[in-house]
Amino acid sequence: MKAMVYRGPYKIRVEEKDVPPIEHPNDAIVRVTLAAICGSDLHLYHGMIPDTRVGMTFGHEFIGVVEQVGPSVQNLKPGDRVMVPFNVFCGSCYFCARGLYSNCHNVNPNATAVGGIYGYSHTCGGYDGGQSEFVRVPFADVGPTIIPEWMTDEDAVMLTDACPTGYFGAQLGDIVEGDTVVVLGAGPVGLFAAKSAWLMGAGRVIVIDHLEYRLEKARTFAHAETYNFAEYDDIVVHMKKITDHLGADVAIDAVGAEADGNLLQHVTGAKLKLQGGSPVALNWAIDSVRKGGTVSVVGAYGPMFSAVKFGDAVNKGLTLRMNQCPVKRQWPRLFEHIRNGYLKPSDIVTHRIPLDDIAEGYYMFSAKLDGCIKPLVVPNAA
Amino acid sequence: MAYTAEKPTRAESSEQLRARIPGWGVDLDPKDRPSVPRERFDPTLTGAHWDFPERQPETWPRERSIEHAFLTPVFGTSCPPKGLSGVMRRYSYRRFSEGRAAHWLILMAADRVDSIESHLRSFATSRPDNPIAQTGVRSELTYHGASSRFGKNRVDLVHQPLDAVIVAGPWVAAGAAAYAAGKRLRALGARRAS
Repeated sequence: MKAMVYRGPYKIRVEEKDVPPIEHPNDAIVRVTLAAICGSDLHLYHGMIPDTRVGMTFGHEFIGVVEQVGPSVQNLKPGDRVMVPFNVFCGSCYFCARGLYSNCHNVNPNATAVGGIYGYSHTCGGYDGGQSEFVRVPFADVGPTIIPEWMTDEDAVMLTDACPTGYFGAQLGDIVEGDTVVVLGAGPVGLFAAKSAWLMGAGRVIVIDHLEYRLEKARTFAHAETYNFAEYDDIVVHMKKITDHLGADVAIDAVGAEADGNLLQHVTGAKLKLQGGSPVALNWAIDSVRKGGTVSVVGAYGPMFSAVKFGDAVNKGLTLRMNQCPVKRQWPRLFEHIRNGYLKPSDIVTHRIPLDDIAEGYYMFSAKLDGCIKPLVVPNAA
Repeated sequence: MAYTAEKPTRAESSEQLRARIPGWGVDLDPKDRPSVPRERFDPTLTGAHWDFPERQPETWPRERSIEHAFLTPVFGTSCPPKGLSGVMRRYSYRRFSEGRAAHWLILMAADRVDSIESHLRSFATSRPDNPIAQTGVRSELTYHGASSRFGKNRVDLVHQPLDAVIVAGPWVAAGAAAYAAGKRLRALGARRAS
């Protein structure tokens, strides 16, 4: 089969690999029909996540058709059209039993601090991902769901990470009616977080970025008030000015490890890898929110330390909430929102790239060329 | 305003927002939010039909965090550790917990060593690494590299040249080293011949 393969920082290619075998009785092998490149894949691509090995196939956002199932699989059969959450999870450990699927303790031998994620380094379990023609899906009775007939492939693939993560980020903000919510980052997760903040009754939703085309999308897709931080000497001061010097009630970091806005932080975090990531957006969230407010973090960071302004968070009495999204827990409610017309996840898709051209796709997405917001990957066997 | 007790007045009422924004407030009640409360104990919800999963066969000594009690029953099998980078990875897992910076720093160093080892290994195959194709730099032409960047007030333009240094730097350094070594060998050969 053909698969995207990592060859070192900023370098990938398509290689012939063996179709993955069933390795556990509850495994399924899925033929991938559509995948996506996530903003967090760029952290791997840039060599920022420890234990990212040459030869690994990335891709934690994918849907497909079940090709083969292991002997203990009861809920799926070959031919089923399935969507697969980015979390690999067992469904039975302490954490899964409490709905914390992203914190599963039975799927990642390499680390206890993070669960399993498809195609996301050995730090997240060493599973090959879905930017390929076939992928191994562990715990087939637990993770995947049959895609409803009414749902399009593009909506389904967006529900495997970006959309639920944004929705989850808004939930972490504990928004109450009329709250002012500031979202750092107008990428896919930020756009969905902004849109979701309205569903939870926000009175005002503000989105911050420096890419004008993404801010335009935040205005049209997420009905948000937007500010380009490149136009302000100090965006935190501006945030205070536009919130009566109170600050926002809730701030959501939807950027993560490669945040721009402070050259020293960006270079030490994203280029020199001396931090777990560049925490500019997180620091702006801490500084922009009001005292007693809530900061929600759904941006991805590496496991190393980062220069976070923790003292300000303490002194302001903030509530900091964060996690990787337990995707499957979000699906029933998100399905309702899509059916009711409140959300159309595929509206943010900008590019559809053949698997053979995936190196160009990564480059374009990484360099933010051609108005790219969300690139999908179409495998050859689809 | 922050300096007085009142909450700032809202620009739009809930009614106005409900009329303007599709779905405004449908999740206003926390009970409708799927991740509220954070933890909800119900092991029957997940589809798991086991108390503890069957164990996946361990086909090589699988590296694992020393913070785990044992090898997890299921794990990824992509890219077993190999070469010098593999030695470094195994040492990092064996010696240091996730709480130690040394654990992550050794793994990051192993990643860089892995890149070098893999590039060198590729030259002994029918498909050596091709940094031009593998970086996807052709996108500069096919996806409007110049017009996407300039005149857009993008702050990342300042550091984007560093990407080129990160990618091309090791190749340029390796080429320079090979050239210097070749030159030295030629000089040595010429000295012996004379």
